[in-house]
This record gives sequence, structure tokens and C-alpha cells, in this order.
Amino acid sequence: MYGNTNITEEDAKRLNSIEEDAEKLDAFEARIARGEKIEPGDWMPAEYRKQLIRMIEQHAHSEIVGALPEGTWITRAPNFRRKLALIAKVQDEVGHGQLLYSAAETLGKTREEMLDDLLNGKSKYSNIFNYPAETWADIAVIGFLVDGAAIVNQTINSKGSYGPYCRALERICYEESFHLKQGHDNVVYLATGSKIQRDMLQAALNRWYRPLLHFFGPPDKMSAHSEKLMKWKVKLASNDDMRNQFLDMYVPKIWELGLTFPDPNLRKNENDIWEFSDPDWGEFKRVINGGGPCNAERIAVRRYAEEAGRWVRQALMNPSEKYAVPLA
Amino acid sequence: MNSLDPRVERLDLKKAEEGEVHTNSHLITYEVFHQEKRGKQVIHVGIVHASSPEMALILAKEQYARRGKTTNLWVVKTSDVFTFSSEDEDIFETVPEKTFRDPAFYKVRDRIEAFQKRNNLTV
Repeated sequence: MYGNTNITEEDAKRLNSIEEDAEKLDAFEARIARGEKIEPGDWMPAEYRKQLIRMIEQHAHSEIVGALPEGTWITRAPNFRRKLALIAKVQDEVGHGQLLYSAAETLGKTREEMLDDLLNGKSKYSNIFNYPAETWADIAVIGFLVDGAAIVNQTINSKGSYGPYCRALERICYEESFHLKQGHDNVVYLATGSKIQRDMLQAALNRWYRPLLHFFGPPDKMSAHSEKLMKWKVKLASNDDMRNQFLDMYVPKIWELGLTFPDPNLRKNENDIWEFSDPDWGEFKRVINGGGPCNAERIAVRRYAEEAGRWVRQALMNPSEKYAVPLA
Repeated sequence: MNSLDPRVERLDLKKAEEGEVHTNSHLITYEVFHQEKRGKQVIHVGIVHASSPEMALILAKEQYARRGKTTNLWVVKTSDVFTFSSEDEDIFETVPEKTFRDPAFYKVRDRIEAFQKRNNLTV
């Protein structure tokens, strides 16, 4: 996920039995409790470093892979202004990936290792990008709701304890602000347009509803927990809380256009909590483990980019190849 | 590959499936500083990986000056930046009792009023 802090049972076991220098650990935890940031040169528990690398790296991969379903509609945008906005959005996303790789690198994993792990499948990216953008309306839904979900995640994570990640998120949030507006603008124009446009948008909403619910990860009662991650301000809110915040912010904005989500149980209850039908967590598991409609394509395209771009890197590394005027 | 994306359909993706992918072209990092506006401080904004200072400037322009305002960029090899280790953090804790450097330490109002009272001065 974007800033995914969903951990496995083994991770949780390891986290709950930390054997680190007790004095250093106390000082580290006290610093975080005071609201101070941890910087790259500081001592940190091995698990903190490991979990942060995983989280930031996956966020970075998500930005890069996330540009793929959106990029596909650049050549087919309905008008010039929409094309320009989409190009700018995709450029931003790639730039964000770069910022996040840089932040993850401060923790000791090299850029090259991260890219290798993306291509060999060891590192994941946000599961939602394993679905295709079938129509232009999908671009509207991605720009509004997927970006909206990512912003909920990012805003929460920006209060985390690791300095470089927080700084990267600040810059990202500033650039993202137009993505959301552009997405909403797209949605509104389609929703208030012709019947064909409205139907296309409703179909897109129906397709993306379940993946959006999956975005924040499995429900709390199904996830492995660690109070350590919360204490260390690596995970700052539970999956259920973030999902609820997202629904609270965005469902009304879809409903106010007279559009629906394909879920008769979607409603806000008396305790101000959003209820919804079970979104099939089996599907989530299948897709994140490679069984989605676009997993193979995403990795194949990234692999192709790596191979096809190699000559550029090689040329950069061999600056002695100088142009020489022909001799004869 | 069966894809909804016409550009992906046109690619020869088979080419990428053969052989291993080695992304082991290690490019060193440069720290990037930018000046948002004339008259402002030049501040650190992040890094780029590059093969030369010239490439670093080009890539920094793409990464840090594409959005928002920038009037200039500096790039410096990360290995040319010298810094204290974070273990030495306490050397920056200047003694808190140096109150004589704090404008709020200087209070004379009471003294002036006492003097005026003693000498029957009116204001």
C-alpha cells in the first residue's frame, strides 16, 4: 500500500521481542514521545529501520507503478486541457517516486536494490494499481478517489517520526493538492454531463469500489498488530480508522452527484462509523500475491523500461565516448 | 501481452523477459540546494543520483524545479559534505544560563520608576 504498515505474524513476533541496547532504546523512544524526529545519523532499532525501509520503498514503487494506468490515457484524453493536466499529474507521480526512493535510501538500502526487488517481486506496491483503467471515467475515479485515499494515508503518515519521510511527504502533499482537484473536476464534468458520460462514470465507480475498500488493508481484527510500530510513530492510525476517514470524506461527495456505490449496506451508523458489505478479502490476498488483472503487465512494463533504458545509463557512465570529427 | 493500453500492446515486451535484470549501475548522489526567490536563503531540498556535476544539475532541475518557484540550484557531491555525527548532538547545547544574550533578560522599568519616585521626577 501507499505507506503500507501491514505486517506479517513473523514481523509482529520480532517486533514484540526486541533485544536492543536498553539505554539507547529508551533514549530513542523518549525522543519520539517528545514529538522529535529521528534523522538518518541517529541510532535506531533494527526493526524500526527495517519496517521504515519497507514502508517508504513500497510507497515509492506505488508512485511509479501508479503512473502506468494513468499514463495509458494521456494519448486518449478527451481534450487538450485534460491531456496537459494528466501529463502534469503523471510527471508529479514519477517525481514523488524519486523523492521517496531518496528518503528510503537514507536508511541504507540502495536505489538499485529497491528497483531489483520491485522487478523480482520481493517488494510490493499498492495493490490498487493491479487493476486496469478501462475507460476515461476510470481516470476520473482514480484521480479523485484513489488520490483521495492516498492523501488520507499521507496526511496521517506525515506526522510520523522519521525526518526524511516527513519532509518528502510535505513536498508531495503540496504537489498533490491539484491532483485531487483535477480528479474531482473530472468526476463532476462527467457526472453532470450526458447520459453516456454519467453511465460511464457509474460503471467506473462500480468497478473501483471494492479495490478502494481494500486500499487501507485488512480490517484491524484480521491484521497482525504491533504496539511498537504505533509507539515508534511508524504506524499512526489503524486500517479501520483510515478507511473510515476516507469514506466519511468521499462517499457524500459521490452521493451528492446522484451517483451510487454498488453496496446496499454502505451507510454511516449511529456511532458515526461507516458500515459496508464485506469486500472479499480473499480477492485482496489473491491480487496482492500476483493474481490480479494487471500484475504481470505492470512488472513487464517496468522490466522493459529497465532493459530499454540501459543504453542511457551506460552512456552516462562512459563519458569518455567523445564525438570525433571523421578523419577522411 | 494482452493489454487495454495500446502503447503496451505496441511494445516488444518479450525483449525484457530474457536474461536477468541488473540495475547495478551505481550513480553517486549529489545534494541539491535551491533558492526559491532572489534575496532568500539557499536551502537543502534533497538528492539526485548522477554521473557528473552537469548531469546532476540537469536532473536536479527536473526533480526540484519543475514545480513551484526556483531561481537557482546548487549541487554538491554528498561525499563533499562534512557534518557532525548525531552522537555529538550535545555540543550544540549552549549553556542555558547565558541569559545575558536574551533581550528579555534586560528589565529596567522598575528601576526607572523607583528612581523617579525617589527624586520626585514627573513624566
